[in-house]
Amino acid sequence: MSNTFNLVWLIPALPLLGFLVNGLGRKSLGKSASGFIGSAVVLGSFIFSIMTFMEVRQGHTGVVHFFDFLNVSGLKVAFSFQIDQLSSLFLLIITGVGFLIHVYSTAYMHDEEGKDFAKYFAYLNLFVFSMLLLVMGGNYLILFVGWEGVGLCSYLLIGYWYENNNYTDAAKKAFVMNRIGDLGFLLALFWLIGKTGSMEYGQVLQTATLSKLTAFDITGITLLMFVGATGKSAQIPLFTWLPDAMAGPTPVSALIHAATMVTAGIYLIARSNILFSSAIITQQVITIVGLATAFLAASIALKQNDIKKVLAYSTVSQLGFMFLALGTGNYVAAVFHVMTHAFFKALMFLGSGSVIHAMSGEQDIRNMGGLHKHMKITSITFLIGCLAISGIPGFSGFFSKDEILAGAFGYNTIVYAVALFTALMTAFYMFRLYIVTFTGKFRGTHDQEHHLHESPKAMTIPLIILAILSIIGGYIGIPEVLGGHHQLAAYLSPVIPQIHHHLSHETELILMGLSTLLVVCSITFAWIRFRNFKINHNHNSLASFLENKWYIDELYQFAVVKPIQKASSLFQLFLENRIIDGSVNGVGKLVNYGSRQLRLLQSGQVGAYVLLMVIGMLILFVIQFFVS
Amino acid sequence: MDIKAYIALSLVLFTIGIVGVLVRRNAIIIFLCVELMLNAVNLLLVAFSKMHALSPAAKASANFAGDAQIFVFFIMVVAAAEVSVGLAIIVMMFRNVHTVDINFLNRLKN
Repeated sequence: MSNTFNLVWLIPALPLLGFLVNGLGRKSLGKSASGFIGSAVVLGSFIFSIMTFMEVRQGHTGVVHFFDFLNVSGLKVAFSFQIDQLSSLFLLIITGVGFLIHVYSTAYMHDEEGKDFAKYFAYLNLFVFSMLLLVMGGNYLILFVGWEGVGLCSYLLIGYWYENNNYTDAAKKAFVMNRIGDLGFLLALFWLIGKTGSMEYGQVLQTATLSKLTAFDITGITLLMFVGATGKSAQIPLFTWLPDAMAGPTPVSALIHAATMVTAGIYLIARSNILFSSAIITQQVITIVGLATAFLAASIALKQNDIKKVLAYSTVSQLGFMFLALGTGNYVAAVFHVMTHAFFKALMFLGSGSVIHAMSGEQDIRNMGGLHKHMKITSITFLIGCLAISGIPGFSGFFSKDEILAGAFGYNTIVYAVALFTALMTAFYMFRLYIVTFTGKFRGTHDQEHHLHESPKAMTIPLIILAILSIIGGYIGIPEVLGGHHQLAAYLSPVIPQIHHHLSHETELILMGLSTLLVVCSITFAWIRFRNFKINHNHNSLASFLENKWYIDELYQFAVVKPIQKASSLFQLFLENRIIDGSVNGVGKLVNYGSRQLRLLQSGQVGAYVLLMVIGMLILFVIQFFVS
Repeated sequence: MDIKAYIALSLVLFTIGIVGVLVRRNAIIIFLCVELMLNAVNLLLVAFSKMHALSPAAKASANFAGDAQIFVFFIMVVAAAEVSVGLAIIVMMFRNVHTVDINFLNRLKN
């Protein structure tokens, strides 16, 4: 047991090594070498993660302590890893899906130059390293280090094709919005240290600590942590960066913005579930924000025409579902959905990358169509992903989504209704995407049609593996009502106390049946509507409202960006130019003036000099006799 | 005589000397006024020395307090030396600029 825990430092160290090798040797390594190194280190981490998972499954958890990170009076923060059920599960997701995406990238990015190719893999490895730090950290500070690291790598990778100003603007937008959330998270950390004096999970996440915190403390800390999660996991109001982040390469979108980074917020809240369970107000806020985000993003996705934007808004919407689960106290369902979502969303992103590759860079689905006969593997795996996200029984999404909906029903019926409607919208827009892209007649140019081909094996094999996982990944969470014993909940129970649903088995079965039936109706409706898709140009107001993303970007531009720009130009004019420059220049001018006047004393007139002598003598005389 | 008369005369001479140094333009006249100041001080010294010599305390002791009268000779010697040097400088300057007007001699400017 201790053997494996001794090796656990290798899990983040290998990607770090890959980052250094690829980053420093990017001009000298060839493309196959850097791709191999980049993928091999993640595979190594995956193998060690499996070993760790096996250990933890037998019940051996613990904290692996390396050194004292900070040791100042009153505050002791250690650099330690917390190996328990929650972190080992996330480790598997990150390294497993990460490895598949690395392999995919070796084929997808093969058009890049040698040193850019190596740079890409270096950034990707750095990202995996930071994410592993985030989930393995034994205290909030290490989590925050990883948190910041993934934000940085997100910026680096979104702006990967840096010559394009739009892409770098999107990268900056992502980073700044992340930062706003980070401020909330930092405030929460400061508050926590102030009240409990520690950041270690082992010390803070005990019921004994709760008695030290007042209700105000708990509510404040959890709300601020949620603000941090809002920024990182793209919830209202800090979600607009994620659709723009599609400017990065598609494997990046798959890894960072679908499977891993955006789940950091959910990990944070799941880890701190003791704190959140005691903060009723925060839970209500999380529920409402999650639900609203899910609904908003799903409605926007209905009308998007870029294949990646649909998936981006779908991600935001699914993240909203996960937060809905967290808000209703259903932490296990949220973690379950993180896992299944990682599978089917990464699958669909990689599938869209395959489509874009075949379409020579085209991303507008209105110019696609009928791709099924040219790329069978991509099409079938994408269909599996769509079925999974819609929640068709038998696929992984069904189990996780239904658990979330059941939890919502037990919480509040209206919340359940809105969530169910959002799930129906999800099925509708996903199948809209599938039908318009893969069925019907091809609507692109002749050149594109000649170029259509199935992608190479390095791209299709990860698709197949992810498709298999999207089907079987749900079977670890079969609820009791269907005969299973929810192995995931049992596994996570030391970290996340199990709550028992108040719903009877009959209610659960009825809910499942109802949602399945409605989803099938939604899919059929999408099939009828989009079967013979022709580009239509009618723009009724609701359609353009949705297509323009509810004009939220414009709202932010008006309410936030312009006032800040005005304020800073005011500061520039007034503070910077007049006051600061004025005083610095003023000192110089003063010295200049003074010396000019003093120079006049040296007139060369002997008489003046004699006068000054006499005056000096008089002054000395006066001082000598009258002052001292 | 009353010491006050001597003090008054010395003061007047000294003041005339100072004002002359400040006001006059001719370098030689300025020298003259400096001499005037020195001699005013000499007068004061001698007067005070005599005053102390005539006081009852001095008559009682054996030491005669006539130091100041000797000091006057020192001052005269210094004045003589200074005049010789100063006039030599003025003569040299006259040879260069052909004037002893101090307003003209402002080469120390800047």
